Amino acid sequence: MTTISKPTTKDPVIVVLQLSGGNDYLNTVVPYTKSEYRDYRPTVNVGEEDIITISDDVGLHPAMAPLADIYKNGNMAIIHGVGYENSVRSHFRSMDIWHTCEPDKLGTEGWLGRAIQNIDPKKENVVTGVSIGPSLYRALVAPGVPIATVENLDSYGLLTDISPEDKRDRVLDRYKKMYSTSLGSGPVMDFLSQTGLDALKGADILNVAPEKYSSSVEYAENSISKKLKSIAKIHLADLGTKVFYCDHGSFDTHANQLASHRYLWDNASVAIRDFFDDLKEHDADENVIMFIFSEFGRRVRDNGAGTDHGSGGVCMVIGNSVVGGEYGQYPSMKESDLDQGDLVPDMDFRSVYTTLIEDWMKLDPVPIVGGTFEKPSFIAK
Amino acid sequence: MVSTTSNLKSDISLLAHLMRRAGFGASRKDLEEILPLGYEKNVEILLTPQNNEPVDKFKFLRYYPMWWKPGTMGGAGQATWVWTMVNSNSPLQEKLCVFYHNIFATGVAKVDHYDEIEDMIEMFREKGLGNYKDILMSVAKSPAMIYWLDQNENHATAVNENWGRELLELFTMGVGNYTETDVREASRAFTGWTLEHKLPRFHMGRWDWEFKFVPEDHDYSEKEFLGHKGNFDGEEIVDIILSKRSTAEFIARHLYSFFVADEPQVPAWSVTPPKDPKAIKFLADSLLESDYHMETVLRKLFNSDFFKSQLFERVKNPTEVVVGTLRLVGNPELPTPEIMEQASQIAYMGQDLLNPPSVEGWHNGIEWINSGTLMKRTNFVSELISDTSRPGVVDLLERLKKVDANAASLVDESLNLLGPLEVSEITRTELINHVESLGSFDWSNNSGLQRTIELFQLIVATKEYQFC
Repeated sequence: MTTISKPTTKDPVIVVLQLSGGNDYLNTVVPYTKSEYRDYRPTVNVGEEDIITISDDVGLHPAMAPLADIYKNGNMAIIHGVGYENSVRSHFRSMDIWHTCEPDKLGTEGWLGRAIQNIDPKKENVVTGVSIGPSLYRALVAPGVPIATVENLDSYGLLTDISPEDKRDRVLDRYKKMYSTSLGSGPVMDFLSQTGLDALKGADILNVAPEKYSSSVEYAENSISKKLKSIAKIHLADLGTKVFYCDHGSFDTHANQLASHRYLWDNASVAIRDFFDDLKEHDADENVIMFIFSEFGRRVRDNGAGTDHGSGGVCMVIGNSVVGGEYGQYPSMKESDLDQGDLVPDMDFRSVYTTLIEDWMKLDPVPIVGGTFEKPSFIAK
Repeated sequence: MVSTTSNLKSDISLLAHLMRRAGFGASRKDLEEILPLGYEKNVEILLTPQNNEPVDKFKFLRYYPMWWKPGTMGGAGQATWVWTMVNSNSPLQEKLCVFYHNIFATGVAKVDHYDEIEDMIEMFREKGLGNYKDILMSVAKSPAMIYWLDQNENHATAVNENWGRELLELFTMGVGNYTETDVREASRAFTGWTLEHKLPRFHMGRWDWEFKFVPEDHDYSEKEFLGHKGNFDGEEIVDIILSKRSTAEFIARHLYSFFVADEPQVPAWSVTPPKDPKAIKFLADSLLESDYHMETVLRKLFNSDFFKSQLFERVKNPTEVVVGTLRLVGNPELPTPEIMEQASQIAYMGQDLLNPPSVEGWHNGIEWINSGTLMKRTNFVSELISDTSRPGVVDLLERLKKVDANAASLVDESLNLLGPLEVSEITRTELINHVESLGSFDWSNNSGLQRTIELFQLIVATKEYQFC
């Protein structure tokens, strides 16, 4: 068993950035030296002269220049060929598999939900996990685990229309009684009870974050920048949040890929750079890593305007404690090595999770990812 | 008609249930007006929107002329539809638009053209009670769907499987009833189905799109699909799909989970049996017997015992929360600027209409609830139910003035008038305790009004209020 972490800034914090829709691996980390790349991608390719080379074999998409700087400073790990056996080409099913670590059956619990259960088994802090955006990702779901889902940090609270304050307090008191006394009347009602109580408590805690925040970093006005800025505000308020989650997309580039893929990475790269700059300015970056993944990569051969669903993708991990560099092997693009026209992933995604859980979050990974997996060592010891 | 008080109540409860599911709920005043017609007659009224006065679009457009064609203007598209839902005399017609929009989920995040998705909703409005095949064929030819699922990139020489796959996985059969080859073959049959602009796209702005069939881009060679061989085109593929019982069962589950009771999410259907297999069989049989005639099937559904027994077995979706509340409290006669914000609230609660998160649509049921959305739902309803300038709120207050001023009667009658709602004994006790703690309800000095409003706010904040 692991020890319960105390909410101090020095405990490990993970920020997950989900690239929804299936990010095209080949045009993100480009295998520019391989002749197959140009053969399979006559239209949907990154121009040789635009690629930001990071090694003799691969280069980054030009929109990722801010990330290339981070990479060159040794603070970014690129993990090649990540996926799972018998890759599913359905967005929803594949995302479910990444979220639940259950490739063979329908899972309901998420890997990060289980991690939060371990970090805070007595639920001492209802904002141990915070999701930015309207929906609760399955990765964060586990029985009894509260997750604050925050769309707008500045107006987060329950029954804020009731005034004066003493009247609102009186109503919220009764609300609390109604929600705490009927536990045990079925899973749906239990879930509602718990959610109501968590909402009440979480709002009280999170309300302080925007008030305490000030920074010289000016984030862009797009959605991913806004999300990472909210995460920075909560992290800097020192509320004990250990797991942050947000998404960016849609990377489902069946058509018009060149323009949209560039736009998505341009926004994401700048936002990530600003986020870490912000943390650094407040001397709060050393205990934070960001993990970036997508539910699958895209088909090796382009379809003339975009790419269809594929298998095998790339993960990235960014932070001061990350041992920068490339991990794993870029899957072979030889025709005979492809599976139905797709890359064959060589690294199980649960291997990557294992490193994150064991080496970074200091938890036992086996029950969380559902087995023992070899782990790439991208976290500094 | 002779009726005891208790019978009358249960009639009202059942009618309220019908109106919540086949529409967006009804105020007590409205329920009392339609009650004498009887349940079955009210089902018929819901099923015949052509007999009701339609919403006057121009009433809205006179105030917001630029919303006629919102183009890429975020918010306007939703607001127009929400206004229609709130003011419609044919609530089932609008409810069905939400139903189909959740199945044929098409979003502006990619289409980037509200007009096209609004056209698709208008098609649901016109054809929603007709034949599922008609709807499916219209969807297949809808420029919004064609663009959303890259059907315009599906060529005889370069097949794009996006539409072909979702047609089978999400719109008709469900995972497990076809092979990867069937996906491929279905996609081939739809090659050449594309879109064009009615006017040149550039440089004069964004023009309407329309369906176009390009014969030279269609693959005319033989296909083998679900055991059939032939030179099928898209329509023949749809005919083969609809002849399969698995399709009828899949659509039956969609109907059940939207109108009757919460089910697991769509991706789980291939591995999780239905909650009520008999109901699914009944609906699937009805679909096949009626050649997928939705009006016929919905008539059977709303008159069935399994429907009438499932009161409060669904978590309200955000559209039901917002539109239902606006219909309950009464909306201003003419559109006001607040309609824009009210439509956005649906998105804040997790259902951004005309912009679903993916082609799978939204996850329904308890997945609507998380600490963030529960807060937004509660706050939205609380704010409106405490607005004493709303005619619906005034009506409720007038009725409550006549009730005995003891705590239990006030709570019971408030629950009755706001639904009738069913709450647990614990919730009811807490509500009564609260009313008792407030002191006397004196209508002559405003304390009655203030305290009743406080009770309403607490009722709409209960767990039970999240269901419909």
